[in-house]
Amino acid sequence: MRLVIPGQAVRETMGLPNRWDFLVMPLVLAALFGLAWGTHQMAAPYSLGQPLPVSLDPSNLPQYALRTTLRMAAAMGLSLLFTFSYASLAAKSERAAVVLIPLLDVLQSVPILGFLSITVTGFILLFPGSLMGPEAAAIFAIFTSQAWNMAFSYYYSLRMIPAELYQVSHLFQLSAWQRFWKLEVPFAMPNLVWNTMMSVSGGWFFVVASEAISVSGHNIMLPGIGSYIALAIQAKDLAAIGYAILTMFVVIVLYDQLIFRPVIAWSDKFKFELSQAEEVPSSLVLTLMQRTRLLRMLLTLPRLLWEISLKLFRHVPAKPLPRLGIRMSRRDQRLLDKVWVFGLVAAATLGGLTLARFVLSEVSYGEIGRVFLLGLATAARVFVLILLATLFWVPIGVWIGLRPKWAQRAQPIVLFLSAFPANLLFPLAVLCISTYRLNVNIWVSPLMILGTQWYILFNVIAGAAAIPNDLREAAANLGLNRWLAWRRLLLPAIFPSYVTGGLTASGGAWNASVVSEVVNWGTTTLTATGIGAYIAQQTTRGDYPRIALGIAVMSLYVIILNRSIWKTLYRYAQERLRLD
Amino acid sequence: MNANQNEPLLRVEGVSKSFAAAEKGHVNVLEGISLELKAGEIVAILGKSGCGKSTLLRLMCGLIPPSSGEVRYRGKRVTGPMPGISMVFQTFALFPWLTVLQNVELGLEAQGIEPAERRRRASEAIDMIGLGGFESAYPKELSGGMRQRVGFARALVVNPDILLMDEAFSALDVPTSETLRNDLLDLWIERQIPTQAILMVSHSIEETLLMADRIIVLDSSPGRVKADIGVTLKHPRDRESLAFRQMVERIYSVMTTAIVPSEAEQAKAARVGIGHRLPGVTVAQMTGVLEEINQPAAIGSAELPELAEAMQMEIDDLFPILDALELLGFAKVSGRQITLTRHGRGFVEADIQRRKLIFGERLLEHLPLAGHIRRVLAERPSQTAPEQRFLRELEDYLSEEEAERVLAVMIDWGRYAELFAYDYNSGILSTGQPEEESGP
Repeated sequence: MRLVIPGQAVRETMGLPNRWDFLVMPLVLAALFGLAWGTHQMAAPYSLGQPLPVSLDPSNLPQYALRTTLRMAAAMGLSLLFTFSYASLAAKSERAAVVLIPLLDVLQSVPILGFLSITVTGFILLFPGSLMGPEAAAIFAIFTSQAWNMAFSYYYSLRMIPAELYQVSHLFQLSAWQRFWKLEVPFAMPNLVWNTMMSVSGGWFFVVASEAISVSGHNIMLPGIGSYIALAIQAKDLAAIGYAILTMFVVIVLYDQLIFRPVIAWSDKFKFELSQAEEVPSSLVLTLMQRTRLLRMLLTLPRLLWEISLKLFRHVPAKPLPRLGIRMSRRDQRLLDKVWVFGLVAAATLGGLTLARFVLSEVSYGEIGRVFLLGLATAARVFVLILLATLFWVPIGVWIGLRPKWAQRAQPIVLFLSAFPANLLFPLAVLCISTYRLNVNIWVSPLMILGTQWYILFNVIAGAAAIPNDLREAAANLGLNRWLAWRRLLLPAIFPSYVTGGLTASGGAWNASVVSEVVNWGTTTLTATGIGAYIAQQTTRGDYPRIALGIAVMSLYVIILNRSIWKTLYRYAQERLRLD
Repeated sequence: MNANQNEPLLRVEGVSKSFAAAEKGHVNVLEGISLELKAGEIVAILGKSGCGKSTLLRLMCGLIPPSSGEVRYRGKRVTGPMPGISMVFQTFALFPWLTVLQNVELGLEAQGIEPAERRRRASEAIDMIGLGGFESAYPKELSGGMRQRVGFARALVVNPDILLMDEAFSALDVPTSETLRNDLLDLWIERQIPTQAILMVSHSIEETLLMADRIIVLDSSPGRVKADIGVTLKHPRDRESLAFRQMVERIYSVMTTAIVPSEAEQAKAARVGIGHRLPGVTVAQMTGVLEEINQPAAIGSAELPELAEAMQMEIDDLFPILDALELLGFAKVSGRQITLTRHGRGFVEADIQRRKLIFGERLLEHLPLAGHIRRVLAERPSQTAPEQRFLRELEDYLSEEEAERVLAVMIDWGRYAELFAYDYNSGILSTGQPEEESGP
């Protein structure tokens, strides 16, 4: 993932290994070995219906954890590729952006987990007789949970690049390849890295959910932590669940320490600011890596590759940017725009009609109405939960955020909690509900927000911590009482970041509804009334028209709610409450 | 036509540049510009803000294409950036994620030069510009002056024929820019750099006089060449010398004098329509200048060079204020002399409330837009109108961006004079005061 390495250019890189090397070398070797083994296993032969050997023996857990992690890594690689190509295209062609950006918006709102059963059959056909099929489906599911917001972030970064920097790269005749690595990627880096890391954190939830898939009656269980826990649920093995949670805990700690923090700390130098920040993110592991001679030597490799690439791609000067380039005559332009829009409308209509025919071939209008009502039930659940989480976390977040020492300690913990896949905890909740005979419709609901509430807390802390000291002093100086200080200073100041957190949390809750409205424990199945449960049930049954209907209706709800509520709040926050 | 000794390095022939506006086609930024840059000279382009001088620079290095006319470099038509022309930016435009060395190497890397050679040339350029020892520093570790030195090293390392400087010193404080300017002049005079010609854009008369062999003064909206003044003073130039002061005064006169006075004067009076491009200055700035002129010693008139010095303003700051004062009939500028009018004196001698009243009267009398807004508001039963209503009208005359800017200036002035009120949240103009907003 290291891209351009503008490291210490002149410092010598040769020499004997130092003591750090002895520490890091075995780790690197082990990682390489693990990678080779894991990818080999992925390509093992497989045919649908053949049970995959997943056992509850805890000694298998390290191996399962590795395979789960590899799936995650593969998905992230794909997401990055997607991001660079898709977002670049959108940023450089206005005509493409007309389609690509709304498309991303919609894709972001589609419940990923509902798709899984559809994509898995396709992938099995694509890789007949190989485990690659189901693996690819799982990886694709994780990909869909990560790619969209990464692409968005990269797209917005590209559009924010100052015109003068583009002029410099144009003036010195950088090739498109050079411009990409020396200007565009570095500029986007802090945001992209942050979004990638957040995506990976969110991805653990989906990787767990997508390993155990049922396709038209067959249960596919890919070796991994998700399957392990699914098996434990079937076997009602509480100890195994404990082991799985413990393993996941270790995995997340390793991920947090070895990847998340070093990468965030590293990306800090790409921040486009010309003043030195007082506090920069730091990571012990990054410091270790920067001081290890062996790893520093490894870093010469990308530099070498860069020089080679310069030779290969030399020298195709980049085309002038659209905003600088010569435009077509206005009439041609307008005509082409019209054709383009017409084509889009036609394609959209055709797509809509096809989908409608597909759904209506099986489903009555009455049922469609019922599905909309189910959607309403889930919407109500999401709304109430977000409200409760807000009432609970906003005061706590503000309290923490106003105390820098606390905020510094709390933020990594909250990030860690948000990465922990909440679905591992579902069985425990089911156990409670069935033991105490609680109302399923009410008590299943908190599961939806278990994993996503942290986004609210995290953003509120960040917002409160960013309140300028001047304002707080002015408020104290004016003698604002507690209520007035909240109303006039604290709430408006945290509102923009709260909206960001709330939007993420609500999107996550919708997605989680597919796995949290139907929960199992052995033979006990708890089903709540909602559209998530509907999609889950139809998926198990393999009823594609109804899955399509469920997904379409849920997407519609999410889009409408995002547009009407969250985007409005967001705009309000951006226009009026920004602190600059 | 072959490039020979007498051929100028760079020749601009009848270049115009226009940008698309909403209704009425396009706005001309530059019109019929012709000039030449010969080997061995430093030429400065001087003009008020908005006269298109930065645009002209970007046309010359091929960053943007002209709407008509052409730019020729060594006889060849410029259609895009070329290795022989390099530029230094006002905002430095350094890549913050690259070290000093990597920033300087950037252009060489694009030319496909081998790494070892690249490093050698970049190190030499860095040493030459006085940055030795900072090779591995990131731009954020450097002060403003050092950053601009990186900008110079980056531009010079590719051995350009022509060095363009887009207000290269204006983001620096006075002593820093002085040092950097002198260092550059030394390199130039001692022929330590292979650069054949320097073309600089500036808004500081002193700066151009300290450096340039020739000063080209641009008129604004649309930008046209107004004068081409040779400077024969010897380096190093002494800004306290009589010859230097006389040159300063001469350039002020040129800048304030219209090309054909009487005709232009008439045209000016006729031109102030609804879509007039109001200068973006605040009431406080106008008041400050008026107060300076009205000092007992000044007796209601002042020499522009002295005024600029007293108020520590460059022409980019000063001229828009003068334009505004003339526009509102507070002062008259002729030659390099500014004189208060009756209204100007009345305004400056009044108290705060009275000033608002006088300012309002001037607005209504001289700016059709002010009267227009008042009339529209008064005609409506609600006494309110959304800003879009006026923006759409302005866009008939101006580009979208410019329309927004002009309306913002109008709103600012109108609010000061309490001619009308404006609510930021709703974007609504009204005759009265806005209602108290009801909490966040």
